[in-house]
Amino acid sequence: MKDKKTMAMPASKQPPKNIVLTVILSLVSILWVYPIFNIVINSLKDNRYITTTGVFDLPSSESFTGFANYVESITGMDFLRSFWYSLIITVSSVFLIMLCCSMAAWYVVRVNDLPSKIFYYLCIFSMVVPFQMVMFTLATTADRLHLNSPYNICVIYLGFGAGLAVFMFSGFVRSIPLEIEEAAMIDGCNPLQIYFNVIIPILKPTIISTAILDTMWVWNDYLLPTLVLDIKKYRTIPMAIQYFRGSFGTVNMGAMMASIVIDIVPIIILYLICQKYIIEGVVAGAVKG
Amino acid sequence: MIGKMTKRYWPVFILPTMAAFVIGFVWPFIWGIYLSFCKFTTVNNVKFVGLTNYKNIFIDDTFSHAFWYTVRFTFVSSLLINLLAFTVALLLTRGMKGTNVFRTVFFMPNLIGGIVLGYIWQTILNGALSAMGQQLLQLSEKNGFWGMIILLCWQQIGYMMIIYIAGLNNVSPDYIEAAKIDGATNFQTLLKIKVPMIMPSITICTFLTLTNGFKMFDQNISLTAGEPAKNSQLLALNIYDTFYARSGAQWKGIGQAKAVLFFLIVVVISLIQLKFTRSKEVQE
Repeated sequence: MKDKKTMAMPASKQPPKNIVLTVILSLVSILWVYPIFNIVINSLKDNRYITTTGVFDLPSSESFTGFANYVESITGMDFLRSFWYSLIITVSSVFLIMLCCSMAAWYVVRVNDLPSKIFYYLCIFSMVVPFQMVMFTLATTADRLHLNSPYNICVIYLGFGAGLAVFMFSGFVRSIPLEIEEAAMIDGCNPLQIYFNVIIPILKPTIISTAILDTMWVWNDYLLPTLVLDIKKYRTIPMAIQYFRGSFGTVNMGAMMASIVIDIVPIIILYLICQKYIIEGVVAGAVKG
Repeated sequence: MIGKMTKRYWPVFILPTMAAFVIGFVWPFIWGIYLSFCKFTTVNNVKFVGLTNYKNIFIDDTFSHAFWYTVRFTFVSSLLINLLAFTVALLLTRGMKGTNVFRTVFFMPNLIGGIVLGYIWQTILNGALSAMGQQLLQLSEKNGFWGMIILLCWQQIGYMMIIYIAGLNNVSPDYIEAAKIDGATNFQTLLKIKVPMIMPSITICTFLTLTNGFKMFDQNISLTAGEPAKNSQLLALNIYDTFYARSGAQWKGIGQAKAVLFFLIVVVISLIQLKFTRSKEVQE
């Protein structure tokens, strides 16, 4: 029993095998974060020094430009606007998915009539369907219903994200004992009161986990907003990065790198703050899946 | 009792989600199937043509090329990701110092979106390739392939590792102790106790890596953009390319037919795979 042995020993007396392992894993970890580090150092270099072969060089006194690339990214690429669109889409979509899908999941589990069952199985089915299958018709439908601006695209996200969310929530609702809700009902609560006062507090951990999974998805999503939004008017961060990098001609590599850093930093901060929930979300999602 | 009372509140509880689900999934899905039997450039000039689109999928070999490329890619990436993630998970469940830090680091790339991942790795890989005097990613099908493998490994090992760690932590120490008393070696314990006990984790990770690999799009479009000459296109990118990058009245219909075929392949893989691994799970 390796685990017990190491746990029983004081930390300083780890077996030599574990020390070697720690060193190896530390080296691998450094390699693991290197790609992110590489982008950060390049974002501080002048455009001319970001060449195919020069990407590994650390900034020198002549190639170092400070935050010039960040200024260029924000002014030249209008990156703050993209940041705003990404933010508003992510926040509104995730909020809507959490609220509507948890209500729907509770309804599906408790009412459990034929339409609910059909809806539930369709939700599971939708998780398998690749996006390419619906991309053209979904974009057309969104256009026709005028759900094509950053302020109402959340309806589309609710529809496309319902599968996973309803599935996760209903799995959890099934484990809530019915007695709690019945007690609330006897006390004179209507279903809405039961839902907001009893169910939501119990569901909170699952809501946080699912919200984080959906935040990652919406924030990083590229194809759906590209097809639904008008790219000339609205660009989310992934759209902006692909638009500038993917278009032909000279690309301002420095500003690109800075944009990538601006995109990653909020995610990493969010991750470090809610790491516990993210990891729980991954495990919960996997177990349910 | 609760159910009966809640049912009257259906417009509040389930209508919004159902309506959005119909708009965002059900209707586009049904319409998509219908359009795969039609010739169209926009939704206003739809003409029913039967199975013509399905026959025309193989009018050029881009689809079959993309298919085999995707099969190879999915196979190699799933194998590597699962092996490496499982190894790391084994190392990180030995109770050594710094486990949490390593876990945090290995999981981090998973949070970065596909487009950004592609450009992060394009920078590094092209730098490394040119330093070694090799062809750049966009110029060589082979380098593009391995570039995408490296990228996907970096992105997904952490995710699968988390699932394996959760599985390994659920293996009761009693079983391992009993095996030790019976004189089992470390390797035997791993193969005969740990692996069978975490079969559910293996199922889900294999399922996730297979479908993720098969459906990969963002990383493909940003890292290689299908170059050279569409040779590094995975299926999803090939369908996108057929829809939006080719001129000619027939291509949208063909693209939709490809999409339906793609969907069917993904469903079949999922079903086979789930059945295959579920049958190997042990009940505790």
